[in-house]
Amino acid sequence: MVFGPAMGHDVDACSLGQAHLYNGSSGTFLPVKEGNEAMATVTFDNATRQYPGNPIPSVDKLNIEIADGEFLVLVGPSGCGKSTSLRMLAGLEEVNGGRILIGDRDVTNLSPKDRDVAMVFQNYALYPHMTVADNMGFALKIAGVDKAEIRKRVEEAAKILDLTPYLDRKPKALSGGQRQRVAMGRAIVRSPQVFLMDEPLSNLDAKLRVQTRTQIASLQRRLGVTTVYVTHDQVEAMTMGDRVAVLKDGILQQCDSPRRMYDHPANVFVAGFIGSPAMNLMEVPVTDGGVDLHGHTVPVAREDLANVGKNVTLGVRPEDLELSSDQSGIPVTVDVVEELGADAYIYGSTEQKLLEATGENAGAVPFIARVDGRRPPEKGDKIYLKPKSGHVHVFNAESGLRVGD
Amino acid sequence: MTLEITTARPESALLDLPWSTPLEEWPESYLAALPRGISRHVVRFVKLGPRVLAVKEIKDDIADREYAMLRNLRRLDVPSVEPFGVVHGRTAPDGEPLDACLITRHLQFSLPYRALYSQNLRPDTAVRLMDALAVLLVRLHLEGFWWGDVSLSNTLFRRDAGAFAAYLVDAETGELHARLSDGQREHDLDIARVNIAGELMDLAAGGFLEEHADPFEVSASVIERYHTLWNALTGTERFELGDRWRVDERIRRLNELGFDVDELSMTTDIGGTEIVITPKVVDAGHHSRRLLRLTGLDVGENQARRLLNDLDAYTAATDRQGDDEEIVAHDWLAKIYEPVTRAVPRELTGRLEPAEIFHEVLEHRWYMSERAGHDTPIEEALRDYVATVLPTKPEEKSVVGVDTEEMPVIGRFD
Repeated sequence: MVFGPAMGHDVDACSLGQAHLYNGSSGTFLPVKEGNEAMATVTFDNATRQYPGNPIPSVDKLNIEIADGEFLVLVGPSGCGKSTSLRMLAGLEEVNGGRILIGDRDVTNLSPKDRDVAMVFQNYALYPHMTVADNMGFALKIAGVDKAEIRKRVEEAAKILDLTPYLDRKPKALSGGQRQRVAMGRAIVRSPQVFLMDEPLSNLDAKLRVQTRTQIASLQRRLGVTTVYVTHDQVEAMTMGDRVAVLKDGILQQCDSPRRMYDHPANVFVAGFIGSPAMNLMEVPVTDGGVDLHGHTVPVAREDLANVGKNVTLGVRPEDLELSSDQSGIPVTVDVVEELGADAYIYGSTEQKLLEATGENAGAVPFIARVDGRRPPEKGDKIYLKPKSGHVHVFNAESGLRVGD
Repeated sequence: MTLEITTARPESALLDLPWSTPLEEWPESYLAALPRGISRHVVRFVKLGPRVLAVKEIKDDIADREYAMLRNLRRLDVPSVEPFGVVHGRTAPDGEPLDACLITRHLQFSLPYRALYSQNLRPDTAVRLMDALAVLLVRLHLEGFWWGDVSLSNTLFRRDAGAFAAYLVDAETGELHARLSDGQREHDLDIARVNIAGELMDLAAGGFLEEHADPFEVSASVIERYHTLWNALTGTERFELGDRWRVDERIRRLNELGFDVDELSMTTDIGGTEIVITPKVVDAGHHSRRLLRLTGLDVGENQARRLLNDLDAYTAATDRQGDDEEIVAHDWLAKIYEPVTRAVPRELTGRLEPAEIFHEVLEHRWYMSERAGHDTPIEEALRDYVATVLPTKPEEKSVVGVDTEEMPVIGRFD
């Protein structure tokens, strides 16, 4: 499973995400909306960016509506357009077509300064001679905010970050975790309408990444500031976002809550991209009343298969498989067994026969399954696996789009 | 796991370094005391035979990425530190895996900004530092490099005929594109503005900044200087068909700024009465390339300009304007440049780079001549300079003894 209890709120596809967690109404939180009661929704409306000299757009007609206070994660492989989208919102990248709105305001042609967004950079240095308070507030000085206001905002941010007792100390006196919070404070004090984060965790080691991930997500929920977060790491996306938008080649593939994305991937790309270990995907022939999985019929609603042609792509997540006792189902030769206590993961390959049946190219295809950890098969064993009922994903073999629900 | 060292220049001594120890705990005996900037990572300078190497401990994939990026930048002839290698597969004796190490060569005679500021900079020197950074940023952007973390800490400075040349040290966040959009350039400038002001405010808080120097003004001046240079290099110019001399004029102006024009787009408007020119590809290093071709000397851009001026003066003084330029340059090198740089006593050779010493001797001669009211021969200027000026200079080949701090944001959680 890729997501744990940290995962947020499930929302329906296409609707706006959860909003309004804490909004400073008690006066003890940040003045995030101070003097600025407008809803900080963000709308990409057919937003397009094409670099001069490039034959195809880097971001192609992007449509996303982000709710006030929502944490939206843009995820995808390198070159998918996620950072470009973020820069378009920041005003750092020209928009060649469509619009971008913050609240009701069309910001498409506004300069970055006039957009009230804060870009949180992945690299923050702490300055050894400056106090913690100055380290947090100095960017406001650059922006011309007056001293009293800076102090006020710094103190409020420090309260949220548990840094109040350290404000007049030098960063050297702080622990690693506290230093990291100072760096976050630097972004918080700017109290923008929207936070933009571009891979802020990419140079942390694995352990620290997990801790910081949780910290950022919970901080964002406390602040209730609309946040757009870019990452290439689908686990990060799934654990942090209220909703996740998957991009590929500049085109939005799906935008949904992590749960919906996991259970109902809209196409083959999302199915393979989201989830770790990845979903098993195979091409199988359509039969009467379902699809034929190596002599075993997996039922699929007749109307869904009406116009799909002879074959479909079938997807099964590793945890949605069970061992079959009668040698029917998908034959898998076990290469590696990874024992995790309660569960074990089987890394193996399916026999060529499966693919020969579809007339497609033959060859050993990797296959992953999760099985009961108490009685796992051994390396070299040949096992047979069947998808649990109702846990298969069917995609059109031509278009890659999901078939049925 | 096995230790895996990737390097373009295999050197067995690399294997002798204590890779199974976290970099932070490397014994003093391996280290060279060099100034470190503010760093988010653990960085150490290591002596390896005649060389000094900088070793940075970072995540494996970032180390690989930065190594490849630095190699690309060198290939593009961008002033940057030279990547030396990457070490993977490090394990502590207890089996705990350690992060990878990126190794770069220490840039000789280079100075971090904190070392420069701790020498009590004259205000105009501070301005030159910022100029150098602006030039570096323009050069990087012309090559399509988006830095992502422009800062003084990520830059090294080398003296360049009284001014400075800036070198990129940290390419961790960088991206190389075919070309940058205006938005990407603005993004970098925005980062520069905040980082530079922050770094200078830190110097001010530490008492290293002149009282009247305003961190905000200084950081804004970098951006301003950047824009001026960028526009001069890439701006479109239109003029009447009859004013064709202005094409040459534009090229000469760019040469004076130290850039060569490799490609110029020239179009006439629809009526055919106006010419529009836009430099398409400009390359920095006009003077240093010319000097390299003539003499084989590989020096900074301003140093090259200075040396070329002296070469021109030599050509005129010896009345050899009609001669082949290469031959005159060869004579100048043998009769003027080399005698001067070789006259420096061995114990003083670590003070300044040879080309910088030559530049200073020329300066010194000018002052002596002015004071004396007549021309001073270079031999005399040289003697006086070596006796009175050079010994007062700090050793800069590999600067030691400047106290700097390491401030990793990335630490352990409490």
